[in-house]
Amino acid sequence: MDVVLLSRLQFAVATMFHFLFVPFTLGLSVLVAFMETKYVKTGDETYLRMTKFWGKLFLINFALGVVTGITLEFQFGTNWSRYSAYVGDIFGSLLAIEATAAFFLESVLIGVWIFGWRKLSKKAHAAVMWLVAFAGTLSAVWILIANAWMQNPVGFTLRDGRAELVDFTAVLFQKFAILKFIHTVSAAYVLSAFFVMGVSAYHLLKKKNIEFFTRSFRIALVFGLVFSLIVVIIGDLNGVIVAEKQPTKLAAMESLWETTTRAPVYLFALPDEENEKNKIEIGAIPGLLSLLVFHDIDAEVRGLKAFPREERPPVLITSFAFKGMVGLGFYFMLVTIIGWFKRNRLVDSPKFLKLMLLSIPLPYIAIELGWVVAEVGRQPWIVYGLMKTSDAVSPIAGSQVLISLIAFIIVYSLLGAVGFYLIAKNAKKGPEPASD
Amino acid sequence: MTDGFDFGIGTLYPFLGKSDEDKRIMINSIGPLWDGNEVWLITAGGVTFAAFPTVYAVMFSSLYSALMLILFALILRGVSFEFRGKVDDPRWRKVWDTCIFIGSFTPALLFGVAFANIFKGIPIDHNGVYHGTLFTLLNPYGLLGGVLFVMLFLVHGALWLAIKTEGDLHDRAASVANKLWSVLLGVVVIFLVASRFSTRLYDNYVAHPAFFLVILITVFALLGTKFFLAKKAFFKAWFASALTIVGSTFFGIVGLYPNLFPSSINPRFSLTAHNASSSPLTLKIMLIVVTIFIPIVIGYQIWAYTLFKGKVTKEDLAYEEAY
Ligand code: HDD
Ligand code: HEM
Ligand code: HEM
Repeated sequence: MDVVLLSRLQFAVATMFHFLFVPFTLGLSVLVAFMETKYVKTGDETYLRMTKFWGKLFLINFALGVVTGITLEFQFGTNWSRYSAYVGDIFGSLLAIEATAAFFLESVLIGVWIFGWRKLSKKAHAAVMWLVAFAGTLSAVWILIANAWMQNPVGFTLRDGRAELVDFTAVLFQKFAILKFIHTVSAAYVLSAFFVMGVSAYHLLKKKNIEFFTRSFRIALVFGLVFSLIVVIIGDLNGVIVAEKQPTKLAAMESLWETTTRAPVYLFALPDEENEKNKIEIGAIPGLLSLLVFHDIDAEVRGLKAFPREERPPVLITSFAFKGMVGLGFYFMLVTIIGWFKRNRLVDSPKFLKLMLLSIPLPYIAIELGWVVAEVGRQPWIVYGLMKTSDAVSPIAGSQVLISLIAFIIVYSLLGAVGFYLIAKNAKKGPEPASD
Repeated sequence: MTDGFDFGIGTLYPFLGKSDEDKRIMINSIGPLWDGNEVWLITAGGVTFAAFPTVYAVMFSSLYSALMLILFALILRGVSFEFRGKVDDPRWRKVWDTCIFIGSFTPALLFGVAFANIFKGIPIDHNGVYHGTLFTLLNPYGLLGGVLFVMLFLVHGALWLAIKTEGDLHDRAASVANKLWSVLLGVVVIFLVASRFSTRLYDNYVAHPAFFLVILITVFALLGTKFFLAKKAFFKAWFASALTIVGSTFFGIVGLYPNLFPSSINPRFSLTAHNASSSPLTLKIMLIVVTIFIPIVIGYQIWAYTLFKGKVTKEDLAYEEAY
């Protein structure tokens, strides 16, 4: 079997699985910290129960995030050793900084938070949760800088057959990294907000713990509304920079074959990669693409045919993933706006609550689609314009990777099943009854 | 290797944990700390990646199968702590108990095997391509290294448990630590002798006799462990045993230097501190990062340790946050 294909599959399985848990960690840590702060400030027991209830779901999810993260850290060496040797000078240092600066803080403090209820003052305990949230975000900063560097390598020179760092600040503060960070973290906040709203909706539908879940719902609603807007706005800026730095990805996202001025956006297009055209095109809006990415309705956008076949990413996957993500983005905006108008009579809006309950999986789907756009759209490059994915793989036997891939699929399916079962079980059970 | 004692406890777990209560106390004795400990492991990988990218690349790809096994073990172990208490059913707990054992024993063993093989030299060619299989690593010296690490961690874990518990469980942990220590002593002696025949580590020591200090300190720490154990000064004994673990690792690193990942096919194919390091700029950045953050990390880890320094008692288990 082909080592490259197997390693890619394995990496995709491992990262996508990791990223089922990561966004929830990022977002819920902030929400829980917020609830606990409210408790410290008001002394209202309901906020304490909220902290404990959502905190418990947070912890189950957190454990899964941690163990699946270790896999990724290993894989660069085990499966992409040529890549690691080639770019380790830059990429490795970013990962090492992530571990020393962020992972330690996060994992030490989470232990303190879990076991520290009786050992710390209320204030200190709430502060610990804020630090946990901060550390999680910090780890996202570093890993996303690393990923942005693979998308748009800067600040390096080629020497002795490898990329060497020359300008660290260029790597840290490039626009690609900043946009990626805001977009990804906002997406994570949207996901957690929808989760909290969905679970609250479930209990409100059953008319249980109404006060408790109305409050939870409202906190999440504000959070979700704000970040649904930010995700879409920053997503648009992401598109602009992709057009500038990764023209092949942009063309694939829009399944645009011919280089044209006044480039259109299709509401639906089914690409035919064999014959280099779209089999079906529906709802073309002329000039919209040019306007969106170059802020000029007459700007020229390069189509896929402007690039050699072997430098084009898979068009079907990239374009469908992109349209799915964008569609969901507008959906999230819409329902949170509706929610805003219904915020004072949630219990009387069973249809809306049902919709929110059913919406829990959607941000998960959107977030995974986002990564598919970013990563599949980058192909065939592992480092855009610098190193091809096929040159990056370790000199190991395909059979080894096949076995580990199968093992991953089995172990992860079981873990995922157990993990989500536990999360669902605890979410359904509801909070501990009030103590008085 | 602070992770050592929680691997040790995980391995002792089915043998010392007689009742469910014992088991929960054992888990809670490492509960707040194991995750932070594990990050040292990740950081070790990360720092190698940053400072010696080629070593990271060649080491991780040539030890592919062994590392994947370690990885799956760590995954199982990590979720077991969290999952075990979440469903009230003995069969459910039994599954995760088994996972805790496997997940703790496997990494301890395989890390030992991997280190011993690195001390010995790995069959890599001039391109860093590995010529061997998982079974190549399971040679007598490699396995001896595995046994050594398991024993080191077991003693370390038993001592931690003795510190953290009271009553019957405490007594059992202390007596196990005593017994295991004698076995460990034997394994260490065999390992030191075997290293003379299976590796070329001693060449460096003979060339620079001052290096023998490393061995001396390690052996001293090992004897110190017993000394404090006999005096029931468990914390001191635990500390001495930590020093033994660190010393054993340094024993190899000092012996290898300047090699980092030696080739057993031809010494010229070995990766050394000179031919495998990062650019000066990256090394400088890493140095800055390490000097700033490692003290901070150690600082708040010590804070966490002191926060949870008391014994874990049966009463503690009644609180909702306990596992
Ligand atoms: C946007 C955020 C983000 C992204 C893209 C990634 N991670 Fe992650 N990772 C986190 C955000 C995060 C986190 C939220 O900070 C986690 C989840 C749970 C946790 O403890 O931290 C985490 C955990 C986590 C851990 C365990 C840390 C511990 O033991 O505490 C490792 C080793 C990694 N990650 C490594 C990676 C690698 C090598 C990635 C690249 C492919 C990666 N992560 C993608
Ligand atoms: C956590 C969110 C992420 C998800 C869901 C994700 C998803 C994917 C997917 C689906 C692929 C396969 C693409 C293909 O082979 O066609 C891939 C490849 C890859 N991605 Fe990501 N990715 C994520 C984050 C990252 C980050 C943060 C990095 C680097 C820091 C990264 C580096 C890579 C590498 C090295 C490959 C393998 C080479 C390749 O197949 O392109 N990914 N990822
Ligand atoms: C209308 C709204 C949106 C637009 C225009 C948009 C645009 C984009 C673009 C252009 C990329 C690729 C960036 C790259 O290749 O580096 C991207 C990636 C991504 N998107 Fe979106 N997006 C939108 C909504 C969403 C939503 C709702 C989510 C999830 C809740 C989401 C999650 C992601 C993620 C996780 C990535 C990968 C990380 C990254 O590259 O930033 N996006 N998005």
